[in-house]
Amino acid sequence: MREINVSVITDNIKELCIKANHFLSPDMTCALNNACEAEESELGKMVLGSLKENLEIASSDMIPICQDTGMAVVFINVGQEVHFVGGNLEDAINEGVRRGYVDGYLRKSVVSDPIERVNTKDNTPAVIHYNIIPGDSVEITLAPKGFGSENMSKVYMLKPADGIEGVKNAVLSAVKDAGPNACPPMVIGVGIGGTFEKCAFLAKKALLRPAGEHSEIPYVKALEEELLRRINKTGIGPGGLGGTQTAFAVNVLTYPTHIAGLPVAVNICCHVNRHVSVTI
Amino acid sequence: MEKKISLPLTEEIINDLKAGDYVYLTGTIYTARDAAHKRMDEALNDGMALPVDIKGQTIYYMGPSPAREGRPIGSAGPTTASRMDKYAPRLLDLGLKGMIGKGRRSEAVKDAIVRNGAVYFATVGGAGALLSKAIVSSEVVAYDDLGTEAIRELKVENFPVIVVIDKTGANLYDIAQEQYNRE
Repeated sequence: MREINVSVITDNIKELCIKANHFLSPDMTCALNNACEAEESELGKMVLGSLKENLEIASSDMIPICQDTGMAVVFINVGQEVHFVGGNLEDAINEGVRRGYVDGYLRKSVVSDPIERVNTKDNTPAVIHYNIIPGDSVEITLAPKGFGSENMSKVYMLKPADGIEGVKNAVLSAVKDAGPNACPPMVIGVGIGGTFEKCAFLAKKALLRPAGEHSEIPYVKALEEELLRRINKTGIGPGGLGGTQTAFAVNVLTYPTHIAGLPVAVNICCHVNRHVSVTI
Repeated sequence: MEKKISLPLTEEIINDLKAGDYVYLTGTIYTARDAAHKRMDEALNDGMALPVDIKGQTIYYMGPSPAREGRPIGSAGPTTASRMDKYAPRLLDLGLKGMIGKGRRSEAVKDAIVRNGAVYFATVGGAGALLSKAIVSSEVVAYDDLGTEAIRELKVENFPVIVVIDKTGANLYDIAQEQYNRE
């Protein structure tokens, strides 16, 4: 049994909030550079050039990459040999978010109730996904999610007879609906299978996989490649202003499902696709 | 085509703007997003005046991140304009001339743009750090309790925008996407 004081979790979450909102992850930097070279539209090239310039300013002047610094989504894998001490884990996570967003000059974008809509003024609470894993370490991934792209995400409850063609149509339809609203070039997270909520969770988790890496399942890898090719033929382009670089990556995760169903979730993310991790 | 414009927008300026024009704005603009639009709409429903005179003005759909010491504003990029579609036609009919945001607008907004001789600009979504450099000053002028969603008066200098919907109703998103569509 390994003891970890929850204050360590708070400190790490705070740092992750600030890091994710000011520095682009290496996989996304690589994807952006590749897109700059591949883009054919002049306006598209200009948009991508502005995004690169934006990243330089964000990191050098410590101004968030985007003003929508997101709702904090936390994936926490807790080793089953870990014993937390010093307080409640959930409170510690939210305290880290509070300190990160207040001390880091990040925008407070969370309202306490979806209908009454009063701002909580510290960006809490986070959306937390707990998972128990073997061992005595704690893995935390923070993925602050902006809602320009989140609002364009969708869940489809397809029928088994719809098959893989149904999945392709669902993803392409969601991407076309998103168009310029979701700050393209986008990253597309797709969850296939499970239940209604499981496929949505998989789609969110798929966004964490580094852009450029593919599924190890051969048909899923082929699906990711085909979807990316077809999305980049829609013409939406950077900023939605026309071009060949509409998405950086399509990441698909699958899970066993029921004999009667084929759930598909499409979680759309903008060109920043913030995700940072730490292992304690 | 690249153009430099001094605000406020006049009929003459708007007549000269075409979908696809790259424009640098200098002068005063106002921020308002979801919550401020809802309050303005409620004020009008109650027969009250708006907290700022929007006649001839330009609204930027934006809620900034907090400013660090010595800076006028934090990150300051556009939010999705379609969430304001419910409110925009009423404001356009009251004299609003310009809107800055990102993403598609409804047919009702497009019709109101044409009816009133207005313009919808987009700026680059997710470039909030870069765009903040074109903002010289920022002052909350209404609804301070809304935090990032308060109405702010911004002075901008060469703020870069692109004309998406011009006064004829021509839409850059449709034109540009069609040009690169290879499906």
